Amino acid sequence: MSRRIVAMIRARIREVLRDRSALAWNFLFAPLLVIGMATVFSGGPQTVAKVGVIGDLGAAPLLPATHPFLATPAVDFYPEVEGEKAIAKVQRQRIDLLFDLRVSPARYWVNGESAKGQLLQQLLLSSEPSARVQPVTGASIRYADWLVPGLLALNIMFSSLFAIGHVIVRYRKSGYLKRLNGTPLRAFEFISAQLIACLLLSIVITGGVYAGCSALLDLRMEGSYWTLLLVTALGSMTMIAMSLLVSARIASEELSGGLLNLISWPMLVLSGVFFSLDGAPALVQAAASLFPLTHMLEAARAVMLDGAGLVDIAQPLLVLSAMTALFLALGAGTFRWTQE
Amino acid sequence: MVPVLSVRELRKHYPKVKAVDGVSFDLEQGRCLGLLGPNGAGKSTTIEMLEGLVPPSSGEIRYRGRPLDADYRERVGMQFQHTALQDFLTVRENLEFFRALYRRGADIELLIEACNLQDYLDRDHRRLSGGQRQRMLLAIALINEPDLVFLDEPTTGLDPQARRNFWELVRTVKARGTTVVLTTHYMDEAYELSDDIAIMDHGRIIARGSPQSLLAEHFNDSVLELPATEVEGRELSSLPLIHKEDRVEIVSADVNGVVRQLLDAGLSLAQLKIRPRTLEDLFIQLTGKELRA
Repeated sequence: MSRRIVAMIRARIREVLRDRSALAWNFLFAPLLVIGMATVFSGGPQTVAKVGVIGDLGAAPLLPATHPFLATPAVDFYPEVEGEKAIAKVQRQRIDLLFDLRVSPARYWVNGESAKGQLLQQLLLSSEPSARVQPVTGASIRYADWLVPGLLALNIMFSSLFAIGHVIVRYRKSGYLKRLNGTPLRAFEFISAQLIACLLLSIVITGGVYAGCSALLDLRMEGSYWTLLLVTALGSMTMIAMSLLVSARIASEELSGGLLNLISWPMLVLSGVFFSLDGAPALVQAAASLFPLTHMLEAARAVMLDGAGLVDIAQPLLVLSAMTALFLALGAGTFRWTQE
Repeated sequence: MVPVLSVRELRKHYPKVKAVDGVSFDLEQGRCLGLLGPNGAGKSTTIEMLEGLVPPSSGEIRYRGRPLDADYRERVGMQFQHTALQDFLTVRENLEFFRALYRRGADIELLIEACNLQDYLDRDHRRLSGGQRQRMLLAIALINEPDLVFLDEPTTGLDPQARRNFWELVRTVKARGTTVVLTTHYMDEAYELSDDIAIMDHGRIIARGSPQSLLAEHFNDSVLELPATEVEGRELSSLPLIHKEDRVEIVSADVNGVVRQLLDAGLSLAQLKIRPRTLEDLFIQLTGKELRA
């Protein structure tokens, strides 16, 4: 790594570490949110039972006419397409029952340790007594265990987007970038240094926050910490690259703040940080798939809650890698040292 | 000998304004060129093009006979009118940071001593006084031992003592053989530091030469100044009086003759000031504008 990049990284890390108030906020934001959300939703996020339905249903809504069980009130029925993943959701009690309409008599998966599942089983058998049970077992996932990966990812998103985006815009507005442009430092060296410095800080801060949450809440961790580290690093890089793209040209902190909010708020709401996207409308799921936070979260939860390995999370990792490369290329290509 | 900087027909045109409109000059090694001009004359745009930060619309800039290339930034130093630095870094950390950006460079300890920064090394740069800050910025501009330094209004806002201290530093830099391009609003600063002066207006150089030669070329007279109250009610219609707020000026090549007429008119000369023409007079004569900092 060039001496110029190392110097830039060191200067940026010093700046962050000495800005005590901002640093403290980075460490406190996620734990405070975890404790708050876990307290409010300690009974679980779902107020109604949720049932996944496998079947050749096409794009049609799950009409009660398809099967009388689907007319059960206060139950959220949603289409499921992938059997293995759906069964895992029953095991983790992320859904209460899985119903397969492709065969006759119908079959269903229910977790013997789920009270809601047992109740739904009785309702199902009352409408189709011949339905065949496929029993599964598995402890439910506490909401806190499910929530923490989301909040850590959220923390990474906010710290990466705003730390990088705002800082570069501030550098440009103040004329610091213009001063750097008067030195042999090149744009790609500056961008690389910002990316690496932010990545290092993000990993250290996220690691600290994770350790704190884990000590407080005894978090579930089924997979490898190294795999989680890779997910964290790649997810952070994607967010940083996205922020570099947003801040590549503009010199107004107000505009950058608006743009970053425009990006972060839909991700916050639609990426499944607080509630599962299972059963969400197809349009929402399609929108969510465009957000890096969704893929980062999918991979992190798979590692932490299901013990997924690299092969299992290859798809979200590839999507994140492609997004990072795209954002970096566009960001570096459109970067400006000075205001217009 | 090949000039350090050679500029030919340099232009920078924006959609609604010709900021620089055909500037040409050569600058020899070890000389200090003072660029003077009223606000909007094109000084800063010119210096930014010379620094390689702003691409010209047309024209040519050559450094030691070669077009500006990537290596140029290794060889030049610059101090902007408003130089921003990274927050939370100390003076020493800023020097070390900028030193690391160049292949070759000055001995930081010698530079600290030369710019008299010893007492503030561990202070956050945002907590320096104006004079201390300008000395640190000059040290940063010299961190790569440049043979060409651009100083864009480096003493604006400094008190007279801090300005004089800064001039001493610039003289030391010049004494090492470093070539300097200086823009300033202060005529005394330009006179003290510049070997050559280029006066700009409307994006063009309208006069060029050493301060002494420019003054000699344009003036052969002196200025006599009297308090306005001393002149009131006196019969001085034969003298070309110029009324300026609380004083009256008489510009004449025949100082002795004017003094005799003033004595004949019964004026007290106790507060008479006689001064040679200055760059400010020249500037006003050429541009019709006052210089304001």
